[in-house]
Amino acid sequence: MQQEILLDGMECVYQKPATLTDDYLHYCPGCGHAVAHKILMEVVQEMDIQEDIVGVAPVGCSVFAYNYMNIDMQEAAHGRASAVATGIKRVLPEKYVFSYQGDGDLAAIGTAETIHTVNRGENILIVFINNGIYGMTGGQMAPTSLLGQKTSTSPYGRDVEHNGYPLKITDLVAQLPGAYYVTRQAVHTPNTVRKFKKAVKNAFEYQKLKKGTCFIEVVSNCPSGWKITPKETIQYLEEKMFPFYPLGDLKVPGQSKN
Amino acid sequence: MIKGTVLINSETCKGCELCIVACPQGSLSLSQKINLRGYRYVELSQDNCTGCTNCAIVCPDAAITVYRQSKQQYKKAV
Repeated sequence: MQQEILLDGMECVYQKPATLTDDYLHYCPGCGHAVAHKILMEVVQEMDIQEDIVGVAPVGCSVFAYNYMNIDMQEAAHGRASAVATGIKRVLPEKYVFSYQGDGDLAAIGTAETIHTVNRGENILIVFINNGIYGMTGGQMAPTSLLGQKTSTSPYGRDVEHNGYPLKITDLVAQLPGAYYVTRQAVHTPNTVRKFKKAVKNAFEYQKLKKGTCFIEVVSNCPSGWKITPKETIQYLEEKMFPFYPLGDLKVPGQSKN
Repeated sequence: MIKGTVLINSETCKGCELCIVACPQGSLSLSQKINLRGYRYVELSQDNCTGCTNCAIVCPDAAITVYRQSKQQYKKAV
């Protein structure tokens, strides 16, 4: 009752998208996965394609993505989300198809599937959440972990001699002729979230025009895995992650093809 | 200044404080109370919200709904 008085005549300018279900998100406080889910679903709502979109959920923290996104979803085996998305797109070419994958899924076990999907120029969107750690299994080192980063399997920091270099899979993918739109975004501040939303919208537009694979990397956070508070992850992202994974477009339509 | 307000779902809020950092007016803060799941949730502590939606955009749990005065209302009030 009191709230109604407070809201007297005000108009609602932002609310939870109807394409997200009412389930309680299982993610840790401050997790970038949840923001990415929300933005994807906002775009689906704005483009009014809830009936015409199929998502592929990965294995990892976002394994229950199908519980939160109120669209048609398919679960894939570990790392094979882009391969499954290929199949779905070929059977249902009129549907929008996206795969949603983490760094352990896409950059470790699914490297081959990812690279070949993009190289074939499959007409899908791949959303890649890169937080530099295996969050679901307890903070082990991922291929994308930064040099010197402390994880539960590299307690003295990632070391080149023993563990090699971090993998910049987005740069790799941008070299492939099948890739149409490759970009790296983040979701830690309002500004970057807005840019990410624009990128997702562009990617679906390109998919409608059957242009080729769109690949969006989201440099995300993992407060539990990095063992810092969500507030501190903003600083960590800006100081450590962005110098190595600079934000921006890696391949945009109109640029010279490789 | 155009006035706005936010409604925060205290049961889905996990108290990650990302909205507190994002708020340009500094009108949000963590409450002293905890919700059913044991998190301290965020609440509107000052009456200077402009309805810019920054907090709602970064909220991972989509717990924030933002309301804002319409332009006509604002003109009437002035």
